[in-house]
Amino acid sequence: MQKSLHMDANKCTGCLQCEMACSYENYGVFNISKSRIKVFNFEHEGRKVPYTCTQCAEAWCMNACPVDAIRIDAGTGAKVVHEDVCVGCKVCTIACPFGTVNYVADSGKVQKCDLCGGDPACASACPTGAITYVDADWTGLDKMRQWAGKTDTQPRAAA
Amino acid sequence: MAWTRKFLRVDLTNGTCKAEPLNMQWAQEYLGQRGLATKYFVEEVDPKVDPLAPENKLIMTTGPLTGTPVSTGGRYSVVTKGALTGAIACSNSGGYFGAELKFAGWDMIIFEGKSPKPVYLSIEDDKAELLDASHLWGKTVFQTEETIKKTHQDPQIRVSSIGRSGENGVMFACIVNDLHRAAGRSGVGTVMGSKNLKAVAVRGKNGSGGSVKDPKAFMAATQAAKKVLADNAVTGQGLPTYGTQVLMNVINEMGALPTRNHRDVQFEDARKISGEAMHEKRPTDGKTHLVTNAACFGCTIACGRISRIDETHFSVVNKPEYWGASGGLEYEAAWALGAANGVGDLEALQYVNVLCNEDGFDPITFGATVAAAMELYDLGILTKEQIGMEAPFGSAKALVELAQMTAQGIGFGKELGLGSARLCAKYGRPELSMGVKKQEFPAYDSRGIQGMGLGYATSNRGACHLRAYTVASEVLGIPVKTDPLVTEGKADLVKAFQDATSVFDSAGVCAFTTFAWSLADLQPQLDAACEGGWTMEKLALLGERIWNMERLFNNAAGFTAKDDDLPPRLKTEPAKTGPAKGLVNGIDKMRPEYYTARGWTPEGVPTKETLARLGL
Repeated sequence: MQKSLHMDANKCTGCLQCEMACSYENYGVFNISKSRIKVFNFEHEGRKVPYTCTQCAEAWCMNACPVDAIRIDAGTGAKVVHEDVCVGCKVCTIACPFGTVNYVADSGKVQKCDLCGGDPACASACPTGAITYVDADWTGLDKMRQWAGKTDTQPRAAA
Repeated sequence: MAWTRKFLRVDLTNGTCKAEPLNMQWAQEYLGQRGLATKYFVEEVDPKVDPLAPENKLIMTTGPLTGTPVSTGGRYSVVTKGALTGAIACSNSGGYFGAELKFAGWDMIIFEGKSPKPVYLSIEDDKAELLDASHLWGKTVFQTEETIKKTHQDPQIRVSSIGRSGENGVMFACIVNDLHRAAGRSGVGTVMGSKNLKAVAVRGKNGSGGSVKDPKAFMAATQAAKKVLADNAVTGQGLPTYGTQVLMNVINEMGALPTRNHRDVQFEDARKISGEAMHEKRPTDGKTHLVTNAACFGCTIACGRISRIDETHFSVVNKPEYWGASGGLEYEAAWALGAANGVGDLEALQYVNVLCNEDGFDPITFGATVAAAMELYDLGILTKEQIGMEAPFGSAKALVELAQMTAQGIGFGKELGLGSARLCAKYGRPELSMGVKKQEFPAYDSRGIQGMGLGYATSNRGACHLRAYTVASEVLGIPVKTDPLVTEGKADLVKAFQDATSVFDSAGVCAFTTFAWSLADLQPQLDAACEGGWTMEKLALLGERIWNMERLFNNAAGFTAKDDDLPPRLKTEPAKTGPAKGLVNGIDKMRPEYYTARGWTPEGVPTKETLARLGL
């Protein structure tokens, strides 16, 4: 079964536990500037939105890479940056429609979410269930259920 | 990442910034944040110093758990000699600023001297410099934060700043970070303003200054402790749903909601300004006042309130800049702006709360000062002409106008900026100021919750609920239920809360964790993060040591046992209604018991034996 990260922004409180978990998992440090998932705060709307790579089936970052540094992980389906191959040309950052591949000046390479090999640290760390790791075929189920709940099922008056 | 082991010393007079190694011996004795910064402060500053003189210092400080995945590990504090009180001040704030300072690689910043012109401190990791702030002077907190982010082309910079209140010498100015979190009490923002320091802007990409002692044990300990918070009724349900505002109806029922400058202990409109009311749809626009809850950095409780003011409300008509979502209302502000003045208009309270954030002044002291002014008006001591308007108890219009005048530093707003103690003294009625050590009470009437009276009277930073929150025990039964209407046992209870809170405040976590966590929950997290063998015994002694250190500073500053007292109203005018009807606060009975429990003389001075036991 392929799984996807699922974000429900309505549940996000902006605590950034996901960003700390991401940097700790990938770099062994608590440093949110190294996180591959970001929570954006829309102050005047009172909205906080977690965002990261959706692992596109047709991944433009992967297609754009001139040195084949982004490859599919067979186990998770994640598009993974191979740092030893990446030349830091940044073409993938231009190709990605969502901005979720980012250049890291320190390493001279790009970074993106790799689903932590199938156990995403951000999802485990999220205290509110705003980030979950779910069966990819059921992406959107919660929203569908929410709308289904609004369906009028009152008994019709007898004709 | 525990301690970064270095701090920044900023000499504002000479415009220099320099890194110094953290005194790790002191870190073992005072832990961090409140304890450690206060240790530096008392070693470096004359207790008799004028709070607004260049010789006073101001320390922004993190704890060893700040910037880690510990729940609520985003706290920072400001330590100085308070402008409002003249006592040791330590004001704690959440948001994201504290963690960012840690990520930049600094345990704390010591500001000394006074800049010849307005400046702000810019920190990007190891690089720290003072920059000209003449274009920011006269700007609000909101404008300052926006301008700094634009200037540096970095939306991820975190900013702590003062608004116009701190510049204008309002005695209870705050330092506000991340738009609506504040180091709020005792006038720490006033001290910052007196140094011509407008803001501190931090960007931390290092995240490498120091390391957690045992990462695996640390992650396991934080996970276990987060579960304790999630499973607790207060931190897992009450606070996320209603915020601190969960208390409004509860405390009113207790007969401990100070109303109309403590003339009454129950407010007839409490429900209208409660957490429950914030969830109700407004008849005007069909929307709820509350937009969402929000967390500070690392917090798994998320008690913060984000609300939207009704666009048709008189306070914001034709002011679209106030129509967006913003922080508030929290319980203390809702009480101080509302019940304390007899104002039951939720929208007006949130508007005034936003002004407090926007220009950086403490809503507790401000609200309580308006309450004192309304009583002086009621008694005919202040006139309509002097105030510039009619100001009876219950007037939302007066509250709103007075807040605007205080924010802008005009008219009667200048007098309100003195705080209630100086205002009431000026008009010959000092007994009408409801506070201790010139700092106003928070939202619990000590006739209905006796232990809080002792906590207020003996708090080292003046009247305060965050030094010994015995409400937890006397109202909520945490950790054990005690009778709120009696004085018996409260001396020991207050001491225990004061000492434990000193530890939490020094660790880098939020006081609200203590609804679910005892020291036994904090200890494994600290011990896994910090070198030095942090046992329960070491922590218990640490808390008591910090409390006595603060006390010694205040005694040397000129405070005596006479200052550990409540205003006559609470000792002589019985509660008129509710469960505490007929009661006054028994402070005169509790105080000597407390001194004995502390190992102090009847004059409130720590004995030689006590000091020796604590290593002071």
